Amino acid sequence: MRAFSPGDPRLRAALAQIAVAASVVALAAYLVHNALVNLAREGITSGFGYLYHQASFAIGESLIAYTPADSYGRALLVGLCNTLFVASLGVVLATVLGTAIGIARLARNWLVRQAALVYVEALRNVPLLLQLIVWWDLLRVSAPPLRQAWQPLPDVFVSVRGIVFPVPVYAPVYRWMGLALVVALIAGWAMLRWGRQRRVSAAIAAALVAGLPLAVFVAGGAPLAWNRPVLHFFNFVGGASLSPEFAALLFGLTVYTAAFIAEIVRSGIEGVSRGQTEAALALGLNPAQTLRLVVLPQALRIIVPPMLNEYLALTKNSSLAIAIGYPELMSITNTTLNQTGQAVEAIALMMAIYLAISLVTSLSMNWFNRRVTRVGP
Amino acid sequence: MADAFLANGKRPEPARQAWRWMRANLFGGVFSSIATLLAVYLIARAGWALADWAVIHAVWSAPDGRACIAASGGKGACWAFLGYWARFILFGRYPYAEQWRPLVVVVLFVALLLASCARRLLGWRIAVLWLAGIAINLVLMAGGVAGLEPVGTDRWSGLPLTLILAIVGLALAFPLAIVLALARRSSMPAVRALAVAYIELVRGVPLITVLFMASVMLPLFLPAGVTVNNLLRAQLGFVLFYAAYLAEVVRGGLQAIPKGQEEAADALGLGFGRKMALVILPQALKIAIPPLVNVLIAGFKDTTLVTIIGLFDLMSTAANAITDPRWRGFYPEAYAFVAVIYFAFCFFMSRYSQALERSLAGGRR
Repeated sequence: MRAFSPGDPRLRAALAQIAVAASVVALAAYLVHNALVNLAREGITSGFGYLYHQASFAIGESLIAYTPADSYGRALLVGLCNTLFVASLGVVLATVLGTAIGIARLARNWLVRQAALVYVEALRNVPLLLQLIVWWDLLRVSAPPLRQAWQPLPDVFVSVRGIVFPVPVYAPVYRWMGLALVVALIAGWAMLRWGRQRRVSAAIAAALVAGLPLAVFVAGGAPLAWNRPVLHFFNFVGGASLSPEFAALLFGLTVYTAAFIAEIVRSGIEGVSRGQTEAALALGLNPAQTLRLVVLPQALRIIVPPMLNEYLALTKNSSLAIAIGYPELMSITNTTLNQTGQAVEAIALMMAIYLAISLVTSLSMNWFNRRVTRVGP
Repeated sequence: MADAFLANGKRPEPARQAWRWMRANLFGGVFSSIATLLAVYLIARAGWALADWAVIHAVWSAPDGRACIAASGGKGACWAFLGYWARFILFGRYPYAEQWRPLVVVVLFVALLLASCARRLLGWRIAVLWLAGIAINLVLMAGGVAGLEPVGTDRWSGLPLTLILAIVGLALAFPLAIVLALARRSSMPAVRALAVAYIELVRGVPLITVLFMASVMLPLFLPAGVTVNNLLRAQLGFVLFYAAYLAEVVRGGLQAIPKGQEEAADALGLGFGRKMALVILPQALKIAIPPLVNVLIAGFKDTTLVTIIGLFDLMSTAANAITDPRWRGFYPEAYAFVAVIYFAFCFFMSRYSQALERSLAGGRR
């Protein structure tokens, strides 16, 4: 090791880094100092102790048990569950809808192609918040009153109170059906993974996945009672319901994100050069094989990374629910910080949770991406 | 078109040509024919419902909301609402007599957007024009000079506020983004780590949380007695958020520049600043223009989020107009009006970005 000379670029680099780091630390220290002074002046005790205090506010819908007597921490958990619930449903629905529209964008039929284009341009060029509020108003204001509820399907009612629909009455056999499905999926996956003849194993796997739960269902006496909603005085009794807030949020997130996913799917398929298809057909593959073995593996390589961004965007966009009052992470945080005044802690905690969701999704999708885009079998 | 002529070199009759086109594009098979019929049916139904509401049963003038509903029988749009409220939705609470100023601001911004399409101006000229335009617009809005009545930022509202938030926000975020992008590619580990941490942190959280932080937490972090107005706080949150997204776009541009360019600049003896300013950035930013415009579109749409922290932007003025007791609840008319404005700006910018992308790709080939 030779000694540093004054003009040494390594010395300059080291000094520059020390200067940058020092100024960032100084800025942070200054801000924290101000915050401490301000908090002390306003008599706010900092810390996360408030999470254990009683929340005393009601939450309209919750996936886990919650009462106003529960703590702020519990309320935050309710919000997190709601965020994850609406985001995961939205991701699945937007993927299905977006893929369909993306394929429609490439259809040979001119009218279908143009209709898909109009959908994409109309949805992605109008702010999501505006769309959410319009869907919400449609369900809240323009939907028919309870007594004249609109019935798009038998026993499905749309009214100002939201959407009510029938659900099957729970029977013990349903639990066994779920178990059977899991077993069938594992067995089917194993067949495909280690089976010798792909075609045979695929057929057996499909039969297992469809047949095993059905067999359990029939063996259990095929209980098929539906819990139907019935209008009883001032409300529906029975069935399950979606609040206007949840329905508007899920619908809005789905149709908005689907427009972006459609463009990703379209450019992914278009991105596989025409020569690939021609070469595959020339080799004697049939069109279905060409799609499955040649076009899709290459298209997925283009599609998956931007698709991940859309999933993350959808999850982050679910925070706009604060404008329409669905109690997800952001709204619960807002109520909490208004009640407790713990702005710094509440916002920091919320941001940390969103960041964690983003990182976990990112890492797992990257893992998936490596698997689907790897070269070779 | 290859099939525009028949084999004998004669032009086919127009009717036949149309039939051939329909055979190829609408009725190419059983599925295609079914899809066409289904699409025609759905489009006709939706189109009829829209026309019925927006034109046939619509009411164009009425003294108030009640009369409007009575005249349309509740079946049509009440465009009379916009007759009364369009000006409020566009300019909000800006002093009524002074509303020519926000009008000029909007016109100037639109003119600048159109001027940006002139390929001759692309480069430093357009940057200078934009900076001058932004400065003039801010002075026009604020007043207090040249005999203009001063108007506080709390009265700035509607479309000009939306445009200022988006355009000033991205103009301020841009230099910060360049610094972040260069820092992320720096050879100094401490600098790189800071840039990566900042960019990934910001990109991992929703914009609304950053705006909340700016509006609720920022006052806490300032020394006692120093206050920052609401607009400036939202603008700051916007700048900090979009700088991270723009930085990634700029980094994409930087990555596309061949290593040889940098080595050539080094060989010429240029220092870091001159190498970047004269050789690398001009090329990198040119490549990055289409994705930059896409971020601009996202930013423009995202200005609606300031509604949630209590600023009076275009969406907020529309939401406010429909709470007037005499015109309560005309939300389809109000939101259709602002949706058309947002759509016009975004659609224009996205078309511009696509055209530019095509011509840039053509230039490289």
